[in-house]
Amino acid sequence: MELVEAIILAVLAASTPLLIAATGELVTERSGVLNLGVEGMMIVGAACGFAGAWLTGSIFVGALFGIAAGTLMSLAFALMTLGLAVNQVATGLALTILGVGLSGLIGAGFVGERITPALHLNIPGLTDIPLVGRVLFGEDGFVYFSLALVVGVWWFLYRTRTGLILRACGDNHVSAHALGYPVLRIRTIAVMFGGACAGLAGAYLPLAYTPFFIPGMTAGRGWIALALVVFSSWRPGRLVVGAYLFGAVTILQLHAQGWGVGIPSQFMSALPYLATVIVLVLLSRARTGGSTAPAALGTVFVPDR
Amino acid sequence: MQAHQRMLDPTTNGLHSGESPLLRTIGLTKRYGDFLANDAIDIDIWPTEIHALLGENGAGKSTLVKAIYGLIQPSAGEICWKGQPIVLSGPSEARSRGIGMVFQHFSLFDNLTVAENVALGLDGKESFKDMSARLEQVSKTYGLPLDPKREVWQLSVGERQRIEIVRALMQDPQFLILDEPTAVLTPQEADQLFVVLERLKAEGRAILYISHKLEEVKRLCDTATILRGGKKVETCNPRLETAASLARMMVGGEIKQVKAAAGRQTTVPRLVVNDLSLAPGEAHGVRLEHISFELKGGEILGIAGVAGNGQDELFAALSGERLSKDPGTIVIEGLAAGHLSITQRRKLGAAFVPEERLGHGTAPRMKLSENALLTGHAASGMVHHGFIDTAATLKTVDRATETFDVRKAKRDPEAASLSGGNLQKFIVGREILRNPAVLVVSQPTWGVDAGAAAVIRQALLDLATAGAAVLVTSQDLDELAEIADRIAVMFHGHLSAPLATSEATREKLGLLMGGSTLEPKEAAHAVGA
Repeated sequence: MELVEAIILAVLAASTPLLIAATGELVTERSGVLNLGVEGMMIVGAACGFAGAWLTGSIFVGALFGIAAGTLMSLAFALMTLGLAVNQVATGLALTILGVGLSGLIGAGFVGERITPALHLNIPGLTDIPLVGRVLFGEDGFVYFSLALVVGVWWFLYRTRTGLILRACGDNHVSAHALGYPVLRIRTIAVMFGGACAGLAGAYLPLAYTPFFIPGMTAGRGWIALALVVFSSWRPGRLVVGAYLFGAVTILQLHAQGWGVGIPSQFMSALPYLATVIVLVLLSRARTGGSTAPAALGTVFVPDR
Repeated sequence: MQAHQRMLDPTTNGLHSGESPLLRTIGLTKRYGDFLANDAIDIDIWPTEIHALLGENGAGKSTLVKAIYGLIQPSAGEICWKGQPIVLSGPSEARSRGIGMVFQHFSLFDNLTVAENVALGLDGKESFKDMSARLEQVSKTYGLPLDPKREVWQLSVGERQRIEIVRALMQDPQFLILDEPTAVLTPQEADQLFVVLERLKAEGRAILYISHKLEEVKRLCDTATILRGGKKVETCNPRLETAASLARMMVGGEIKQVKAAAGRQTTVPRLVVNDLSLAPGEAHGVRLEHISFELKGGEILGIAGVAGNGQDELFAALSGERLSKDPGTIVIEGLAAGHLSITQRRKLGAAFVPEERLGHGTAPRMKLSENALLTGHAASGMVHHGFIDTAATLKTVDRATETFDVRKAKRDPEAASLSGGNLQKFIVGREILRNPAVLVVSQPTWGVDAGAAAVIRQALLDLATAGAAVLVTSQDLDELAEIADRIAVMFHGHLSAPLATSEATREKLGLLMGGSTLEPKEAAHAVGA
């Protein structure tokens, strides 16, 4: 019983940064922009988030620092790819390389420092319910926020006019422009939202997951978030399932190694990625018609005036 | 947006006395760098008028309507709406003033539903539910049936255009711009569209109608303005002109008549397709279903049909871009070739000209000589022991240039720097100079100016006269009538039995293009012909 609860708690904690980063990237990609710099924005978010929390002693301020850092990084990306119409793949990769270096620089002075991690919810009575109490009522604020974020994004994309316009930009930017929508402005905002989410997801790691900062602590989570967006076929609902599945596989492979299951640990670590590949193959085989990816994804748009 | 009472009175037709036009442009000019896309254009559009805008590709029609719709800002000149000069900040302002537009390349979103597509074209002041109800009402009123819940990629070209028209009509426009609306329709679908347009006119609206099809313009339009090279040439009454006189004004000279050599002899079968079926290669593709035909030397077979009915898939199967499992389904020069690669088919004497000039027919950023090599390397002596004979590739470019009057800035420019017509002349020339036994060509004069189109059609006729078998896929029925000996129609991956061109009336072809079958007797007769 204790172990099951511990595993579920660990899965939720491991999944949350993936879910937040992937939700942001989903919005970015739905507008037609492919930002491969998620890993870079996350790692800078982690460094700045830790710095903010350490300097002010407030987790909340730390999270804001992380969001600001991710947004600034994405703004640089938007300037290059939308303002100057540079290739999105190359810029995104460069952004990640830049982010890794930048975070090392910002975080250098904070390595070895500790902060008090984010508090967990505690409602006497409810939180003490065996098995489900701590899972449902004993999480940190990030976990609840991440779920609210996905619901909010779903509602925005499918129930609001602005969401419809954003999806339209991702499907066909020439048509959207012809109808008079400001494609580049909408995309810039979508990219900034993606950056803010990536920064927050990065900040989650030193603020709630482990109470200290180490260089390179995102450890490829940004890439998993990118894979998750594809895995979800650009739908928020499937994103939640995918993120928890990934978190679960990550945690289970750790436990499996601990139990001494006779499978090489490298293979177990590769499982999440293998799962992505398999799901992608299944999705593309099952597809009967309409393409799942936003049709204008990753293409450069220069409006004629 | 409430359906405000229309203030226009249909009885003010014709005379225009004592009032100002609905829309007037004065000296409208649009400059791109040194290039004048529109040079001081004056045009008046009155209520209750269908006004044609004619001109060749590049004459400035699209630029003019984009400026009127607020998509681009004019460099100089004025637009007056109901007598008042206006500056349009963008399409949404144009729409709110009562200007609607139906685009040539539909401005639709494939992965969104019909209702969502319509909502995007409106200003969003009503709820989605109210909008859907009004959509149903408008589509019923004008006889343009639509299912609001379907996603656009599932719809036919004709249905897609209906969405565009309904979307424009839902804004209750006083002035509607249609950019080549019939280019993708069957003759019957076009007739239905004309009924709607006549009705809109009777309601007191004005319509600006862009088209290449002169007969259609003569039939439908009250006024015609002709543009050439960015300048206005003339405004006239098209009913008092002939198609030839309109064409002269568009081109600025006589167009060479295409002449078929008398007494063309058909010889042995050179391209035979036997019961070819092929699953589509991509998500929205069409399945080829039991396609059979026989094409003899000296003969031109035309394939008509609305775009997206399997023409691209047939071209890919014939050219070898997609292989068939059964070699016997495609026979070139008496040899089973269904399993052969593109190069192997070229070695048998086949040549292919795809629809897309840039990216499919040529590599846009490569020089013409390199592009000549790309299709000629196997069978034209341009490669010796694995090395390119640069002199030979350049000679091919020179020969194509001379024979087909390709106009270009230097001897060997990049393919992308040529105009559409000149590049197409080069591509067709490149293939014809290889003396192919079989030429498969798709949309040979799509987006090509009238002069170049005449050169290309003449070249295809001459090639057939010289004994080659030519297969032409085209959406332009007039073109097929001009050059083909027989015409077959593609619909949903099926190919109809070919009709002799003399018997292939527009009506019969239109029925086949819409998926109907001809009377069994008639079809049997046509096969025998």
